Amino acid sequence: MEEIALAERETQIYRKGEKPFAISCNKDSLAGAVSQRACVFCGSRVVLYPIADALHLVHGPIGCAVYTWDIRGALSSGPELHRLSFSTDLQEMDVIFGGEKKLESALHELIDRHQPKAAFVYSTCIVGIIGDDLDADCTGMTEQKGIPVIPVQSDGFNGNKRSGYKAACNAMFRLIGTGDTSGISPYSINILGDFNLAGEIWMIRDYFRRMGIEVVANITGDGRIGDICRAHGAALNVVQCSGATMDLANMMEEKYGIPSIRVSYFGIEDMSEALYDVARFFKDPDIMSRTRQLVQEEVQKIYPELQRYKTALTGKKAAIYVGGSFKAFSLVKAFRLIGMDVVMVGSQTGTKEDYQELESITDPGTIIVDDSNPLELTSFLMEKEVDIFVGGVKERPIAYKLGVGFCDHNHERKEALAGFAGMLNFAREVYSSVMSPVWKFVPRKQSGNARRSS
Amino acid sequence: MSKMPNYISTTNACKLCKPLGASLAFRGMEGTVPYLHGSQGCATYMRRYIISHFNEPIDIASSSLSEKHAIYGGAANLKLGLTNVTKKYQPHMIGIATTCLTETIGDDVPMIIKEYEREISAKNRPLLVHVSTPSYSGTYMEGFHAAVAAVVDQLAQRPVAANDTVNLLPGFVSSADYRYLQEIVDDFGIKTTMLPDLSATLDGPALLEYEKIPGGGTPLESIRQMGGAKATVEFGRTIGKTKTGAAVLEQKYGMSSHRLGLPMGISETDRFFACLETITGRTTPAKYADERGRLVDAYVDAHKYVFGKKAIIYGDEDLVVGLTSFLAEIGVMPILCATGGRSGLFAEAIAAVTNGVLAEQPKAYEGMDFFDIAEEAETLSPDLLVGHSKGYPLARKLNIPLIRVGFPIHDRVGGQRIIHLGYRGAQQLFDLVVNSLIEKKQNDSSVGYSYM
Repeated sequence: MEEIALAERETQIYRKGEKPFAISCNKDSLAGAVSQRACVFCGSRVVLYPIADALHLVHGPIGCAVYTWDIRGALSSGPELHRLSFSTDLQEMDVIFGGEKKLESALHELIDRHQPKAAFVYSTCIVGIIGDDLDADCTGMTEQKGIPVIPVQSDGFNGNKRSGYKAACNAMFRLIGTGDTSGISPYSINILGDFNLAGEIWMIRDYFRRMGIEVVANITGDGRIGDICRAHGAALNVVQCSGATMDLANMMEEKYGIPSIRVSYFGIEDMSEALYDVARFFKDPDIMSRTRQLVQEEVQKIYPELQRYKTALTGKKAAIYVGGSFKAFSLVKAFRLIGMDVVMVGSQTGTKEDYQELESITDPGTIIVDDSNPLELTSFLMEKEVDIFVGGVKERPIAYKLGVGFCDHNHERKEALAGFAGMLNFAREVYSSVMSPVWKFVPRKQSGNARRSS
Repeated sequence: MSKMPNYISTTNACKLCKPLGASLAFRGMEGTVPYLHGSQGCATYMRRYIISHFNEPIDIASSSLSEKHAIYGGAANLKLGLTNVTKKYQPHMIGIATTCLTETIGDDVPMIIKEYEREISAKNRPLLVHVSTPSYSGTYMEGFHAAVAAVVDQLAQRPVAANDTVNLLPGFVSSADYRYLQEIVDDFGIKTTMLPDLSATLDGPALLEYEKIPGGGTPLESIRQMGGAKATVEFGRTIGKTKTGAAVLEQKYGMSSHRLGLPMGISETDRFFACLETITGRTTPAKYADERGRLVDAYVDAHKYVFGKKAIIYGDEDLVVGLTSFLAEIGVMPILCATGGRSGLFAEAIAAVTNGVLAEQPKAYEGMDFFDIAEEAETLSPDLLVGHSKGYPLARKLNIPLIRVGFPIHDRVGGQRIIHLGYRGAQQLFDLVVNSLIEKKQNDSSVGYSYM
């Protein structure tokens, strides 16, 4: 039988229980392997995108801007500048003579038109190569326009998606410390790494409000430049999606002495733990008792319906392939809560520690994979006879083509999956795909082709 | 006429970049893997964009270049990538398109491929074709046609025996359009090489086993024989007279080419059928005469619902030209024809299909983005928008119907199943336009008529 993976990729796949845990990761994608990853630019773009009152100008040929136009479900409660796609649309002559003049004119035009609170200027693959000095250009424009014009060093080839997260954190770090922090409560936090997909951060903020905790800055879901500027006034950074924003938390700890905790808002277990962790940090009995009450109330609200889904879904099998592996931990637990077994789990950008953690919480036989591709994923889905695959848009047709259910857990989704209510939505999403009557027509469930009884 | 006023920045572009078009074209060739020589993001972004329209897998390989390759050149990674794609996919052909990165660092892809072909014996590698698609010039339409031309140039051989085949180069249309075109030429009894053919490769059935490369696509052997065909039919009034598949065949083999607009609506479709009659000496099969007859009947039945309605049409140049021809002939008034492309031929093509039909010529602007279109719309007060999904925010703001056609359709299912071409496509579009206008009238009425 043909090998599933190219030889160079074998060390990035681990099957629990076969041998002692070992996995290689955080490497450049292998040429020709059809990685599901994007690039440095993508990493920066996803992190900064939800900042709604900033201008996001992509400096480069049109592709990078147009493929990221309004593709995320990141909502804003006010301005929606982030939903527009701005580009310098570099042409051949700009490539020959440099794009700085065009960039400057574009910034003048767009800042005058939209009056943003700040502008992020993203570099793309060719910007450095054609000799544009983005740092100098942005410094000049900051002086001229009187708002922060911040370069995001996100040349696509200059590392992988994680380098893009870092570039985004560097860009935001330039803002932090420039705002007035007076009047901020000692019981205050910043929310890092939630992008307000389908309004999730509003739910999370409401929990913190009920606990008696002030949220200073959303970083970056429903984000505002003014809030980010005063984020250094918060007592604690609460970091989700740690791959994307942990760097920022670390920089803030070093410069401003703000500690951070890592949390996840997916699933009852991790959501509750996130709130308790924050409550424990403040060592205030009132906050703790309010937190207990909140968790109790919220769990009670969703528990009966969740049990109904569990009854139907128990014993079904799930596969997970997501961008960052921290989310995967929560998904493994969330599936367990509704009686399902995770048989494959992977991510684009996990670290060794992440995969170690995954190894410790999954069942024997589970496949753990880093930076996978369609052919590998397909073979895992078939080998494990999976009922539902959790991923993003690029994973969806892989599942559907084979007659496997799918749950979108990526940036494009329009369903809130975080928080307590999100857990119920998640169960509902899984249920509505797994229990659909359409599967009886797909080839793998037809008589003669059946790989198992159903 | 160029876009007015002349803004420097682009907001919400009405075009896509060149390598995406090349990837789509390569996807419609038998056993072919599209391959982008660039950084990893391009391939992934384009896959996501294409998947969201077709709801089908599309694997696009990449050289996944990193920093050191940008300095020292991407040759080694291109070769490694080709070897890995060959190992995993066993393709018949790899279609290699460049990106802005590799064009700017100056990688000589034809030379790298020659080197690779010297290093790896022919039995251990697939056919390799390449096309230059720098994202900083042209749109994905130019990329699509450039890939078709490159494949014809690099594969079609001489001497091949003269044969009775007709080459059909439709450009980028829906999977259902390719299927319908095949049906037409089959009914005509014409042996045809249609290049590319996305009818099966981006609209396939549910499967038991995952196909690494989906079945279908233009057979490579047929492409090799294209030089011996008796004529080439190519769609596109704005693609210029050079660097297209038909132009290559004309220059290399002196083959006669028939350049037509996309056959949309009756007038342009009549030209297509007349062309097929000329080439074959056969008359149009009764089935299509019937389709045409029913279409005329439908036009008459519903003409009053659409007469004088003002439309803004936007998107890829040739699609906009075809749509304009169709809308003008049913009595809709195209008031703005907008495209992000810059062929320099757009206004001329719009005039060619509306002359004698419209009392007043629509504005026809190249180099437009959705900021420009929205600005124009403010004074034009259109009744409907016609184009792809990305016009939805404008349609919503204006509270008018959006007729979804072309690519991408990201907010509805079935974009690949829309028939735009021929009498059948015109029939579907006509019903859609009429019903959208009726629905708007019905919804806006306070009476609540159930009989319109």
